[in-house]
Amino acid sequence: MKILVCISVVPDTTAKISFTDGDTKFNKAGVQFIAGPYDDYALSRAVELKEQSGGTVTVLNVGDADAEPIIRKALAVGADDAIRVNAEPTDAYFVAEQIAAIARQENYDLILMGRESIDFNGGQVHGIVGELLGIASFSPVMKLDIDGTTARFAREIEGGKESLEASLPLVLGCQEPIAEWKIPNMRGIMTARTKPLKVVEPVGHDSLTQVTQFELPPAKGAVKMIPAEDAGQLITLLRTEAKVL
Amino acid sequence: MIATKPGASIKGGEFLIQDIPADSVFIPEEFGEEQRMVAATCEEFLNREVLPRMKELDEAKSYEPIVGLLNKAGELGLLATSIPEEYGGFGMNFNTSMLVTDKIGASGGFAVALSAHTGIGTLPILYYGNEEQKAKYLPKLATGEWKAAYCLTEPDSGSDANSGKTKAVLSADGKHYVLNGQKMWITNGGFADIYIVFAKIDNDKNLTAFIVERDFGGITMNEPEHKLGIKSSDTRQIFFNDCQVPVENLLYQREGGFKIAVNILNIGRIKLSAACIGGAKAVAAQAIQYAKERKQFGTAIASFGAIQHKIAEMAVKLFASESATYRAGQNIDDAIQALIAEGMPESEAKLKGVEQFAIECAILKVHGSEVLDYVVDEGVQIYGGMGYSADAPMERAYRDSRINRIFEGTNEINRLLTVDMILKRAMKGQLDILGPAMAVSKEIMSIPDFGAEEEEGLFIKEKKVIKNLKKAVLMTAGAAVQKFMMAFDKEQEIIMNLADMLIEVYAAESALLRVEKLIGIKGENAVAVQKEAALVYLHEAVEKVAWAGRQAITSFAEGDEQNVMLLGLKRFTKIDPYNLKEARRRIAHAALEAGGYPF
Ligand SMILES: Cc1cc2nc3c(=O)[nH]c(=O)nc-3n(C[C@H](O)[C@H](O)[C@H](O)COP(=O)(O)OP(=O)(O)OC[C@H]3O[C@@H](n4cnc5c(N)ncnc54)[C@H](O)[C@@H]3O)c2cc1C
Repeated sequence: MKILVCISVVPDTTAKISFTDGDTKFNKAGVQFIAGPYDDYALSRAVELKEQSGGTVTVLNVGDADAEPIIRKALAVGADDAIRVNAEPTDAYFVAEQIAAIARQENYDLILMGRESIDFNGGQVHGIVGELLGIASFSPVMKLDIDGTTARFAREIEGGKESLEASLPLVLGCQEPIAEWKIPNMRGIMTARTKPLKVVEPVGHDSLTQVTQFELPPAKGAVKMIPAEDAGQLITLLRTEAKVL
Repeated sequence: MIATKPGASIKGGEFLIQDIPADSVFIPEEFGEEQRMVAATCEEFLNREVLPRMKELDEAKSYEPIVGLLNKAGELGLLATSIPEEYGGFGMNFNTSMLVTDKIGASGGFAVALSAHTGIGTLPILYYGNEEQKAKYLPKLATGEWKAAYCLTEPDSGSDANSGKTKAVLSADGKHYVLNGQKMWITNGGFADIYIVFAKIDNDKNLTAFIVERDFGGITMNEPEHKLGIKSSDTRQIFFNDCQVPVENLLYQREGGFKIAVNILNIGRIKLSAACIGGAKAVAAQAIQYAKERKQFGTAIASFGAIQHKIAEMAVKLFASESATYRAGQNIDDAIQALIAEGMPESEAKLKGVEQFAIECAILKVHGSEVLDYVVDEGVQIYGGMGYSADAPMERAYRDSRINRIFEGTNEINRLLTVDMILKRAMKGQLDILGPAMAVSKEIMSIPDFGAEEEEGLFIKEKKVIKNLKKAVLMTAGAAVQKFMMAFDKEQEIIMNLADMLIEVYAAESALLRVEKLIGIKGENAVAVQKEAALVYLHEAVEKVAWAGRQAITSFAEGDEQNVMLLGLKRFTKIDPYNLKEARRRIAHAALEAGGYPF
């Protein structure tokens, strides 16, 4: 089985968020980047599937050279090889187009990625990739088993869980607890350097969307404690101070 | 008198008599991507598996949780970083294994359990075992399937390690050594599968080491010791009653045990310094975070100068310790590579490489453990009453820290060794301190050279200060040795003073060299705060050297001799005034901004 895992490179969850270029660009200065945590789960499941029944795992990232340490970490976790599309991941359509272009050449049985990246949280790439390739896509997938050419998986839906079956090939947006969280071990780190990382140039359109402005949410105010016996005061405060009623 | 020598060929102890060029020292900023990945794995492992359980581990009534974590560390390969690939390890270089120790260092008792296994437990076999012993034991130790402990200390034999009473007697059929004796303070004692046991064969003067499997029988043990800190590590008394050790499990050679103990301790000492760095960084980060959140008098306590002073001092001391530790680590790696290139077998080269820097290892052990103790002490202080609460993290960190000044040779023993090793090497002609010391004694009799040419360049003045501090050590040591001759070793107070001077010189120089190198790589603006840290450390080191020097000189020199030496000391501990308060504030702001150790 051939699995492609697409990973996004996103700011660490503790990063301080600010913008440049008239609030149209995220300010990368001094920010620590990581692989998207949902993507990490997708990768972990891919590695588990490979360990169970063989095959290959390729990781793909659309990004610049700064992403390479993060790509090599994915190799250390257990992917066999990697492809980096040398371009700024400007919007979901652009990224999906790059993934689809590579998938068309390689005929993967499974294309896994996170349900969404944790920077812009679009959650669209898996759907667009499925559409571009003319194959089914599902998200968010929390459980996944493969039996021959059939995938059995579970999806979170409003107020419940849905168990599904579909034939490969498929595109799946993943989330925990689809796999055990994997920390790269020493052997993985030592072998990562010998695994191929291919850099290719992007294809197709520029991005279809353009950011006109980012805005930070208003800073959190101080918490006001109201004694239980004055609960009635809460309504007044919500009206007069918080102005939410 | 002080010549310049390229770094790769610098020998242990030579920092005292050489000018060290900045580009010859390794700085932690130079760790490569793979090493950073190794470090990240350690951090991720700690953050996910260990740190959230620190309180539970501290209070655990059994060693099961620690054993479970050691097994997990084994799965990640963290027990095998120093073991060569042919024995199932990863053959990483010395400084990378130091980085692992640093990162794991934040985990208190777990870090101690892990390093007892990978260090004193495994390394004797790795470095002194024969082929069969290595093939039999190392692969299992590398994965953690078997755990190891090290049994040197006895109730009546601690610092005086060679005085142990445990006996080994060859059985009548010549197939076994029969071990009898009592060991004390044995880390991992309760669950180890393999014990490295030191004992004396018949009436030998020196110890012999044995690899003892738990299943050989004749091993009993007490309940775990009730300890002040690192409670999650299992520490026991172990009794050997007619324990039958096959003759092929004698390690290295008869009466070679003390040599093993000494050499393995060298490695343990520098690694202890690395572990203390990791511990101190974690504590500093928590204290800094608390200082930002805790409000008194209507403002965060982090805004108070007194608190900022503490935060800055934590960062400054840590910066010096980190600079010195990885500098020496690389010196060791370089020495190992040079010996291998000369044709020495790898495991022997590793031992010799570390042995060459045994002076630095002892210096770092003392410095690292005392920096950690400073950081936890001020950490408690920043937390105030909460620092005293067992429900907040500082109380445990404070208790956990204290052991580091005691094991791997107490800090007194390591101070004695620092000076003793320098003198021994001088006597053997391996370290030329006599010439430079004589030159200094002449220099103090001459008129100071006030009109010295003003050289231009980065840190010219500061390097002169370092050079002078070295002269202060040489002057004081030279005179003291001349005075007491063979009875010098009875003057422990003076030796302690000299050791303190040496430690400060090494740490201050390391911090300065790191910044000089960093400026070359990143430019002065990018490392302005690091520069402040090196300067603050240097100023403090000057005061300490002056104080210790005065203690020493006034204790053995009198009259004119005393006057001349005190004037010399004054000359050698001169430094241009600098506004340290402002410098510390800038460092504290950087630390508060970063939410932890800022470098
Ligand atoms: C938690 C813990 C874990 C340990 N783990 C291990 C282990 O795994 N394996 C092992 O073999 N040992 C272990 N030890 C033992 C440890 O190495 C010894 O405790 C240490 O070497 C000191 O020996 P001692 O306790 O007998 O103290 P002593 O030697 O009795 O020292 C008492 C005091 O006298 C001072 N002193 C001693 N000799 C001199 C001297 N010549 N000049 C000046 N001052 C001197 C010391 O510095 C100290 O302040 C452990 C100890 C502890 C507490």
